[in-house]
Amino acid sequence: MKGSRLAFAIFLAPVAAWLFLLIVLPHVDLLLMSLRGKDELGERVWTLANYMNFFTEPVYWLTFVRTALYAVITTAITFCIAMPVSFYIAKVARPRVQGALMVLLLLPFWVSELVRVYGWMILLRESGVLNFFLMKLGLTQKPVEMLYTDAAMILGLVYTSMLFMVVPLVSVMDSLDDSLIEAAYDLGAGKWTIWRTIIIPHCKPGITSGAIVVFMLTLGNYLTPNLMGGKNSLWFTEQIYNQFIASFNWNQGSAFGFLLLALSSLIIWLGLKLSRQKLGEVAS
Amino acid sequence: MKKIVVLAALLTFALAAMAQAETLKLLTWKGYAPEELVNKFQKETGITVEVTYSNNEEMIAKLRATRGAGFDLAQPSQDRITAVQEEFKVYQPIDFAKIDAAQVIPSMLEAVKKNTQVAGKSYAVPFCWGTDGLIVNGEKAPGADSYKALIDEKYKGRVSYRMKRPILVAMGFALGYNPFDLYKDKKAYKAMLDKVSETLIKAKPVVQNYWANGDSLLESMRSGEVFVAMAWDNGGWKLHAENKAIDFVAPKEGALGWIDTFAIPAKAENTAAAYKWINFMLRPENAGYFTTQEKTGTASAGAGKFVAPEVQADFDRGFDQAAIDNIKWYPPVPAGLEEMEGQVLDKIKAAK
Repeated sequence: MKGSRLAFAIFLAPVAAWLFLLIVLPHVDLLLMSLRGKDELGERVWTLANYMNFFTEPVYWLTFVRTALYAVITTAITFCIAMPVSFYIAKVARPRVQGALMVLLLLPFWVSELVRVYGWMILLRESGVLNFFLMKLGLTQKPVEMLYTDAAMILGLVYTSMLFMVVPLVSVMDSLDDSLIEAAYDLGAGKWTIWRTIIIPHCKPGITSGAIVVFMLTLGNYLTPNLMGGKNSLWFTEQIYNQFIASFNWNQGSAFGFLLLALSSLIIWLGLKLSRQKLGEVAS
Repeated sequence: MKKIVVLAALLTFALAAMAQAETLKLLTWKGYAPEELVNKFQKETGITVEVTYSNNEEMIAKLRATRGAGFDLAQPSQDRITAVQEEFKVYQPIDFAKIDAAQVIPSMLEAVKKNTQVAGKSYAVPFCWGTDGLIVNGEKAPGADSYKALIDEKYKGRVSYRMKRPILVAMGFALGYNPFDLYKDKKAYKAMLDKVSETLIKAKPVVQNYWANGDSLLESMRSGEVFVAMAWDNGGWKLHAENKAIDFVAPKEGALGWIDTFAIPAKAENTAAAYKWINFMLRPENAGYFTTQEKTGTASAGAGKFVAPEVQADFDRGFDQAAIDNIKWYPPVPAGLEEMEGQVLDKIKAAK
């Protein structure tokens, strides 16, 4: 008994050390940094000014609101696309096709996000592939700028997060008994009713966990908004980067980091409350 | 038994690490350590150069995070050294006895020594220089010769610049201020920044995109998506080699001149190798090779005859004597300015 406990401690030690040294400690350091600042005389003092700045300077909180709003929209669109896709994979496709479809979904993730985003940029840019074909087919006379718009940015974000919605949805749908759907048909339910009263309620935990992952990934994304979003696309993560790198203001940057953590947790908590779910159920 | 195996494995790793050849960890800009020169240096001295690419802001952040450790040599611009050194102490003073001063253009060496002085000691040696100006597609935007072209309605959706401090300074000059004179007076500088940000926000529809990556800007110019851009001179000359219509133009308000330097981080492990690399890179034939490759001027005296004639022609075409005299050299940036500018940059990017 004693021996096994020792073995457990030995195997746990690297994980604990990892968590403590690489996650807990830096966060404590960041938290302390976010509470430091300079007073008018340039002396370093403890202050809440970094947090106050967020609320008093409209640029900052407006950027956050914008980022959160776009993250919610991205999550919703991803859900709408992922739902039928996962249903097809889990219920309609034959087992052998199922595997192939999952591989197809996974395939783009074998290259880095940067490469995928550049792929989209080549397709969408004014002198890009899509415009070339539109012109050849005579659909447009002049090339249209499709890149550097909010729509392009959301497209990129949805594409990047598709997989993280489909996988949990497929796994919950697998556990849905087909006979429930058949029974509903026998009793005369329409397609819409079946989706609303049987499939979606059954998939709730998968939807919630997928939505949380997609929302957090989108909110914390830096690359896609920056490269595809164009001139109006200030993302909150970019603002954190700017504070650290361009303004040398690490105190303000860490305060923004903690605000991002707190506010995104709050949004997820609200989401769980509104859909009457508990985090524990979703995780299981 | 297992313990012995683990120990043996650890020992081999340790030995392997020790047996590795001498290295120089260089933190620099893309293109500043051409592969051929890196190989030549290794043949000459046996030192392997490990290159990390970066830019001014990230260089400072990296060194600040480690308090000047992890690299043996960095290459920040001369105007970004004093404020950083005063506040974060990330560099060590240069020992000029170890620099072959005869290889360096004297006026440039003196200027950099003066501009990077903190508490009586200088922290940098000049390496190369260049300017920020306009890259213009002469067919699509003939006659664009002022920073005002960047806010000109005529070029709606065909303009690009970097949302970093050079555009603020350039627009300051275009609006009739002298930003470098205002460096000392934060209030007046702030007033100028407000005016500049108002102008740039109003002119936002003119912009196609704020470029962040030099190569992607060149691609946009090449494909004709962008007519006028604010960018570095060497980018313009690279494009000119492919398409005669595109060229670098020194704006009439004056191109903004920068000097990139060698500076040794405070906790550098191999300073001997750092000095060797500095002297190696400033040797005329090596500096000439660098200039030919990158189309970036060098601080090396006597490199002129090693520069390819077509590159020399680029310089002559871009800068006549009047344009050279009109170059506005960046003076050292005082502490606190960047914070102010950061906020303005965010505001412009967030505005609709």
